[in-house]
Amino acid sequence: MQPLQEVLRQVVGFIYPNEVELHWGLLIVVYPYITGLVAGAFILASLVRVFNVRELQPTYRLSLLTALAYLLAAPLPLLAHLGHPQRAFEIFLTPNLRSAMAMFGFVYAWYLMVVLLLEIWFDYRKDLVLWSQRERGVMRWLHRLLTLGATELSPGALHFDQNAGRVITIIGIPSAFLLHGYVGFIFGSVKANPWWSSVLMPIVFLFSAIVSGIALMLLFYLVGTLLRSKPVDMVCLDKLAMFLFYAQVLDFSLEMLDFIHRLYEAEESIHILAQLVSSRLFLSLVVLQALLGTLLPLVVLALVSPAFRSGGLLALPAELRRLLYAGAAILIQVGIFSTRWNVVIGGQLFSKSLRGLTVYKTGLLGPEGLFVSGFLLLLPLLFLLLLVAVLPPWVEAEQHPPAG
Amino acid sequence: MPQQLTRLLLIFAVLASGLALARHLLLPETFGERGYYRTAAVEGILKQPIMYAGRERCALCHTQIATAHANARHQSVACEACHGPAAAHTEAPTDNPLPVPRERGYCSLCHGYDPSRPTGFPQIDPVAHNPLQACVSCHNPHQPEPPHIPEECSVCHGAIARTKAVSVHVLLPCTRCHTTPRKHKITPRVARADKPQSREFCGSCHAVDARGPKETPRVDLETHHRRYLCWQCHDPHHPRELD
Amino acid sequence: MEEGKQHRAESGEKISEERRTFLHTCLLAASLPLLALWAKVVAWASGEAPYEPREHYYGMGVDVDRCIGCGRCAEACKRENDVPREPFYFRTWVERYVVSSDGETKVDSPDGGIAGFPATVSEKGILRTFFVPKLCNHCAKPPCVQVCPVGATFSTEDGVVLVDKEYCIGCRYCIQACPYGARFLDPRTRTADKCTFCYHRAVRGLLPACVEVCPTGARMFGELRQRSSPLVPFMRLSKVQVLKPHLNTEPKVYYANLDREVR
Repeated sequence: MQPLQEVLRQVVGFIYPNEVELHWGLLIVVYPYITGLVAGAFILASLVRVFNVRELQPTYRLSLLTALAYLLAAPLPLLAHLGHPQRAFEIFLTPNLRSAMAMFGFVYAWYLMVVLLLEIWFDYRKDLVLWSQRERGVMRWLHRLLTLGATELSPGALHFDQNAGRVITIIGIPSAFLLHGYVGFIFGSVKANPWWSSVLMPIVFLFSAIVSGIALMLLFYLVGTLLRSKPVDMVCLDKLAMFLFYAQVLDFSLEMLDFIHRLYEAEESIHILAQLVSSRLFLSLVVLQALLGTLLPLVVLALVSPAFRSGGLLALPAELRRLLYAGAAILIQVGIFSTRWNVVIGGQLFSKSLRGLTVYKTGLLGPEGLFVSGFLLLLPLLFLLLLVAVLPPWVEAEQHPPAG
Repeated sequence: MPQQLTRLLLIFAVLASGLALARHLLLPETFGERGYYRTAAVEGILKQPIMYAGRERCALCHTQIATAHANARHQSVACEACHGPAAAHTEAPTDNPLPVPRERGYCSLCHGYDPSRPTGFPQIDPVAHNPLQACVSCHNPHQPEPPHIPEECSVCHGAIARTKAVSVHVLLPCTRCHTTPRKHKITPRVARADKPQSREFCGSCHAVDARGPKETPRVDLETHHRRYLCWQCHDPHHPRELD
Repeated sequence: MEEGKQHRAESGEKISEERRTFLHTCLLAASLPLLALWAKVVAWASGEAPYEPREHYYGMGVDVDRCIGCGRCAEACKRENDVPREPFYFRTWVERYVVSSDGETKVDSPDGGIAGFPATVSEKGILRTFFVPKLCNHCAKPPCVQVCPVGATFSTEDGVVLVDKEYCIGCRYCIQACPYGARFLDPRTRTADKCTFCYHRAVRGLLPACVEVCPTGARMFGELRQRSSPLVPFMRLSKVQVLKPHLNTEPKVYYANLDREVR
């Protein structure tokens, strides 16, 4: 009980006695960050598959694997947070259909099985068959297992793969919107909390997810290519930066709309929320989210990426562009993580009595500690390494060029 | 049908039947009977032990105290408010004796002066009121009527008395304006004091032609805000000249 | 046959087939309600009539002008319901409001008011000051029930919102959704917890512990739909309000003499 006593001492103004304990902590910040990356990476893949942006082809398979790696890790912060994780299956037994959170189980299952796994399978199937024929040892059996016994490679079968993949991607786009949009709705539909309750919440969540996903793929593609000592496809990277810029402009506009709307209407909660932003959330919102996480990368991308003019407003050599893109992408990750923090933690730092502010204390140890959250943020990278080892996104099969 | 579809449908069929079986095995029996919840949960809640017996129960054994208490000033105070939860005591009285709070600090939990308490609630200054004596030495907790009828109105009307004490009306006794029957100090809610009803009442001191010291502020009652009663603007317990 | 169906009672012969069937049907139809009536009579005689939630609908009344901030209610609740004693877990608590003449309002609730309010506020510049008891409002449209993903919190037919400790997964969504801060997570069971209107007492005709010990009668508990309930004159004679009416949760705790400063 020590940390709660400490919290009580640092309360400013009045909070309801039950509000001393902050209920959704670091783990619940990590979860929307991870699912946001899933949605964002998938949207990037759909840009290639559905909208035929061919320059981004080198990132296609990597995006799908990244989405899968993060999706596999996504339930873990939730399970770690539950008071009774062993009862989590109840969401599938008796889901309360009026609860946005109950939809998690079904949206997650749908997205994992019907969208992501199927899309990856259809895209890789031909290669899996060919690899299992050529290889020896463990990989041979693994790849053979993954073909699920569908080993036909006739033109008709391959054509079916292509069409199925395309259909699934089309279904996948609204599914990705739903996967992360429902997280936004979980917060946005809470009328008790004026910081969360907003029509824009699912939209803002989704667009910040797209920004973080594209930025992540930019980083992964860059790092992955450099680690394999291969030349970086600058056309691809420039295009990524351009889409990142567009996504950021959209996201920033939506956030500004929310902000301006709040200030203009000036409902009763404006006083405590203004106090919240200027005191408890100053560092994470004004500095990390707005300045470093949004405005600085926006300016860099505006100047350097081909958004306004091919070759960028400032024509810079490839190495410098790469560095700036990477820097912007890292800042964006920090910014989007701060966005999640500001929504989740920020919404609990002020009292529902609108009369006081509290603090959030987290330690290093324990399920809600920094170590566990840090581990959960790194775990998807481990999953990705495994997936990349089993389903290499850069080895092309000999006979047929990859789908797309 | 293409080979891919047959394989996939097979896998989905296996998964679906597995889930259906799991649901059949795991779904709680009483779920959904009366609503979207386990009826067994209500039964569990009803099994919670009862700790407070309720004042009617106390009266069954402690009849004398209960009778005296029912007609006295503490009649709305439950036995268990002071003596704590008594359900165990009713089961085995001598094994579970109840605490009998006699220390001075206990009564001031309710009766110590606090301006946030409603007006008319009897309050004392815990430091100044008969210091060092136990409250129970003068007040029987079951019939707490004070041994002497209180002299001062401030005993119950503390906030008003304190306000008046720093005002220009400090030297006026409460009874100057409020006709108070003697019985008001004994049965305050039955025999009530009255309040002035007209402007002329205040005018008896504050009219231009009223008799009294010349320091008393005067107003011409004919022209000074004729439509209002004086106390709609001036707090009679702390009257101040208003702009 | 035509003749068989004719009325032959006058001649003293056997009652016709038709009549017999009719009588049998009447007897059968009457037997069930008669049996039920008999069961109720037996139960009433033995004093063991089963509690039928559909016959009750509970609410609470609070007269703010009567509360003296003694905190006996908070103490009794924790004792009756075995609530953890630390100052972070309350099923009910008392708040003190001090409105100053300069427009500022200060609110406090030291340890939920469970030991009273020791630090007496200075009287300088006080415009209004009072105590407000708070608890779960057992809303008729509870947002907590709406958001529970698994159906672990629910409204009973008699209007009480309860939590199923064996089924709750501890996701804390209900705690976020409650506009009144009435819910908390019990650190021992790691499940959501809150005021139950002392349901285990109410079904046995007892008052909730907080109502039982309130020395001034500031809290009232009873039926909302029976004319003999103490709540009915309360609702008729007082100007009642509820907390946060704009959220449309339809609370069933009705406050008389509630000040505009109370959130």
